Amino acid sequence: MTEKKENRIIVSVLGVDRVGIIAAITAILAKAEANILDISQTIMQGQIFTMIMVVDMSGAAVSFDTLRKDLTDKGQELGVQIMAQHEDVFKFMHRI
Amino acid sequence: MANMYHVDTSEILETIRMVQMENLDIRTITMGISLRDCCRSDIKATAAAIYDKVTRLGQDLVPTGEMIAQQYGIPIINKRISVTPIAMVAESSGVDDYALIAHALDKAAMEVGINFIGGYSALVHKGMTPGDRALIESLPQALSQTERVCASVNIATTKAGINMDAVALMGHIVKAAAAASAEQDGLACAKLVVFCNVPEDNPFMAGAFHGVGEPECVINVGVSGPGVVLNAIRKKPNCDFGELASIIKQTAFKITRMGELVGRAASERLGVPFGIVDLSLAPTPAIGDSVADILEAMGLERCGTHGTTAALAMLNDAVKKGGAMASSYVGGLSGAFIPVSEDAGMIAAVEVGALSLDKLEAMTCVCSVGLDMIAVPGDTPAETIAAIIADEAAIGMINRKTTAVRIIPVPGKQVGDHVEFGGLLGHAPVMSVHNFSSSAFIARGGRIPAPLQALNN
Repeated sequence: MTEKKENRIIVSVLGVDRVGIIAAITAILAKAEANILDISQTIMQGQIFTMIMVVDMSGAAVSFDTLRKDLTDKGQELGVQIMAQHEDVFKFMHRI
Repeated sequence: MANMYHVDTSEILETIRMVQMENLDIRTITMGISLRDCCRSDIKATAAAIYDKVTRLGQDLVPTGEMIAQQYGIPIINKRISVTPIAMVAESSGVDDYALIAHALDKAAMEVGINFIGGYSALVHKGMTPGDRALIESLPQALSQTERVCASVNIATTKAGINMDAVALMGHIVKAAAAASAEQDGLACAKLVVFCNVPEDNPFMAGAFHGVGEPECVINVGVSGPGVVLNAIRKKPNCDFGELASIIKQTAFKITRMGELVGRAASERLGVPFGIVDLSLAPTPAIGDSVADILEAMGLERCGTHGTTAALAMLNDAVKKGGAMASSYVGGLSGAFIPVSEDAGMIAAVEVGALSLDKLEAMTCVCSVGLDMIAVPGDTPAETIAAIIADEAAIGMINRKTTAVRIIPVPGKQVGDHVEFGGLLGHAPVMSVHNFSSSAFIARGGRIPAPLQALNN
């Protein structure tokens, strides 16, 4: 396992769409010096905001635990659900 | 490598949905600890050695489990410990009261922050040593005086046959355990499992212990996820059984991969070898997290009606096929569980008269693990309980599978009454048993010889 792979996390955001969700989250990631590798964002069924980000933590200034807490807190403030999970969960679950 | 960090969005959303909405979780990370080096000639010294070893090896289990749960975003419901069958460890002390050991285990469990510790056990399928007998006779006291200690007794195997003397004794012990915990509706019996063909690496309570062929310390994982399977089936109300089996297999694969991931992570972080993933569909009292609901989603009006055994057989087999692909090491009980009190759908089926003890017995022929968490009237004779145990053991022995009985003759309660055990143990309606006597059969004693199935060398 390379170090790079070890340090990638998936940030997922689910909730009712509103102004400023992406701005708020990317601001937290920028402050943490975590690099966004990929973003995919859709509005499901016309109203549910769904965003998935692949984030590289290898150069990050804060720990995964701290970042996860910051994102969760921001989610509560914005009224959306923000989860930060280690990338392995998704890779492992669906493939061998 | 432009797509090196590509992760499929729909897969991510599926994973999140399973956890958030369908109760997908890791049911338990269970650390197996060998206590074979804790045998002393003085029972107090044995108890002290056990306490020291369990707390030393188990101290990082709970914080590590919590850290993994947070990082992966997958709930890990229970962190538990199983130990070498205590009958083997305590026997060298020469005394015949092992309650001191039960208290040491209880205290160690509390110290490391786990809710159950398994292994207050004896393996007596072919006969009993003085230590086995002492342990079995101490069960009512040990289980009613402790909170977290779980016990099991293996009374039969395909290779040895059924030890009917032990079966008869266990009928009395179950009754005595219920009486000793009468104020809690016989709760002690919920922590006592009587097995045939017990696995040595089962991570699930109450039947977990650390087998004699196991290493010094090991991590075993039990997955859950009836809710995930249920939702997958509900999305396809009209497909045929071939497609249904395929849906269950794919879902079981994903559930088991989570178990494999968590097991490997726990093993690495604790510096303890990874044992097995137990591919079980383990229900909880939560609505929607029910094996009965799955059977009903397949098209049965109520779990327990005609067709239930076939539905369960297919479910159990498909779970194993999907799970076996997902893990390098599969073990434990591995199959769908049908504990009545822990499954809201099973409780409802009993309450409307759809599900009886006889149907549950038939169902145990095709799934793991046995008559589990069943409340029966408090005046059920010990010989009847022994005969229920003998029937289950016969099913296990002939079919080369694990079967078990965890039955609670609730003091003072009758059919139609209700019992509340609390937490994961749930609540149960009291079910009826046959009133015709089995006592002359049980009184014969001796051993039912091993069946022809044992002669496979």
